[in-house]
Amino acid sequence: MVIEGLSKSFSLHNLAINISAIENISMSVKKGEFIGITGRSGSGKSTIIKCINRTYLPQDGKIRYNSSRFGWIDIAEADEREMIYLRRREIGYVSQFLSIMPRTTARELVQQASIEMGYEKQQAAMAAEKLLRHFELEPRLWDSYPNTFSGGEKLRLNIARAMVKRPRLLLLDEPTASLDDASKVRVRELIQQLKEEGTTMLGIFHDIDFMQGLCDRKYNMQAGSFI
Amino acid sequence: MESYEIPVLAVKGLRKQYGDGCSYCSGPKKEGLERNFCPQCGTVYACQDISFEVYEGEILGVVGESGSGKSTMMSCLYFDQEATDGEVYISGYEEGKSNILRQSRQQRRYIKNHLMGIVYQNPEKGLKMDFSAIGNIAEKLIAAGHRNVSAMETRGKALLQHVNIPLFRIKDIPRNFSGGMQQRVQIAKALSNNPPILLLDEVTTGLDLSVQANVLDLIKGLQRELGISIVVVSHDLAVIRMLADRTIVMLNGKVVEEGLTDQILEDPQHPYTQQLVHSLL
Ligand SMILES: Nc1ncnc2c1ncn2[C@@H]1O[C@H](COP(=O)(O)OP(=O)(O)OP(=O)(O)O)[C@@H](O)[C@H]1O
Ligand SMILES: Nc1ncnc2c1ncn2[C@@H]1O[C@H](COP(=O)(O)OP(=O)(O)O)[C@@H](O)[C@H]1O
Ligand SMILES: [Mg+2]
Ligand SMILES: [Mg+2]
Ligand SMILES: [Zn+2]
Repeated sequence: MVIEGLSKSFSLHNLAINISAIENISMSVKKGEFIGITGRSGSGKSTIIKCINRTYLPQDGKIRYNSSRFGWIDIAEADEREMIYLRRREIGYVSQFLSIMPRTTARELVQQASIEMGYEKQQAAMAAEKLLRHFELEPRLWDSYPNTFSGGEKLRLNIARAMVKRPRLLLLDEPTASLDDASKVRVRELIQQLKEEGTTMLGIFHDIDFMQGLCDRKYNMQAGSFI
Repeated sequence: MESYEIPVLAVKGLRKQYGDGCSYCSGPKKEGLERNFCPQCGTVYACQDISFEVYEGEILGVVGESGSGKSTMMSCLYFDQEATDGEVYISGYEEGKSNILRQSRQQRRYIKNHLMGIVYQNPEKGLKMDFSAIGNIAEKLIAAGHRNVSAMETRGKALLQHVNIPLFRIKDIPRNFSGGMQQRVQIAKALSNNPPILLLDEVTTGLDLSVQANVLDLIKGLQRELGISIVVVSHDLAVIRMLADRTIVMLNGKVVEEGLTDQILEDPQHPYTQQLVHSLL
């Protein structure tokens, strides 16, 4: 993926203000790399990742992504149907706030992601169990509702859900932010494992030092730009 | 996305007005309307130039304030009311090449009975309250051409079980059911002809939270397991967030914004959508 001159500002019409979140960001992520973004709160890190996921509409610039389906495609300009496809099949996103669907069990959540990929129910069920086991979510949790899970459990579930799709590109927005040190170590191990399996990752980390040795390159942000 | 992918439902320039219009309001730009209403002649422009597409297995969300034209749009799609103007194509009818609004009454009845299902906000509108639950389903099956009584009974039972109506209540009348059960009977009825398109108007409104969750699970399952394309109207953004892949935002009978649901909710572009989203967060 190659990002060229990406900018995003938010015009809040009712308050008549304009917030510039990122300006003229350029970067690249090569296949199999693990790239880290770091910087202070409010510096624009999540905005970059959300633009790649198209949760935010990019304003200026290009996000050129090499899709196995569409070839090189500019995410900033892709139509919604293409984006839905990419989210289902190619780009995984683990958010900062551990979003979960209400009233859906851990198992169903991962299964659903797999069904979206086009698996039959039975295959999806098997894939889901495999991933839940792989990411060491205890079997007693599989059929309960994630709103009762600890931060670390939710995170591992979210990663399992993203990974069941074997995404070509995994976006991680502060996956360690709300965790204690022991859980952070496990996330680090997890990322290491994903990296060894060849997953391309772009991650935001407050404490990037923690990822030392794993990160291939890192970008440091300040007030909406790389420094 | 792909050149061969045709939408299951395509709506182009749908309009519905109540009243004949006058020289003051019938210009192309409709200047001088108060919201959707002409102060000179009293014409209501309930739907003005609505366009969208829904693809296979997709849920499209529709949000907008009260009076923005959502129910009017749904009832025009289901032929409960005649649209003033516009085109609607569905892939299941003549390969999506004929405007279904312009078909004969008989053809429209065929389309409605075989290719669409609807769930109304008000169960009174969708159900015969004094017919048994299973009788309500049989009614729709008969409209869709079924004649074999025992086959209809088997299908009716299976449908009602699918929406979690206990077997011992299927001969009971919906008037005696809770709101959530009535909605679920409506859903079973709407599904009985295996429609590729389902129209849901505020299905969860007025239900308490746990019942709401059941109905939402059910809808999500329909998309996932049956691949049905669904249009969901709701004023509840949490419902939309949970169900819809894409969402359109309506104001005064017009679509003012459309996009991926999370983008509409997290990065709304139109001032009205921003107000809607931010006031409810
Ligand atoms: N039969 C009718 N005659 C005149 N005006 C009508 C008629 N039916 C609807 N309208 C008007 O059309 C507009 C759209 O109504 P509609 O019921 O579609 O709104 P809605 O978006 O579904 O609102 P809600 O969220 O309250 O259900 C309103 O201004 C309404 O008053
Ligand atoms: N959806 C949004 N609407 C308005 N402003 C936003 C939105 N998202 C982010 N911002 C603003 O953009 C800037 C960068 O935010 P963000 O990318 O979340 O920072 P970080 O992830 O580095 O903490 C901040 O000033 C923030 O308030
Ligand atoms: Mg952030
Ligand atoms: Mg309505
Ligand atoms: Zn007028």
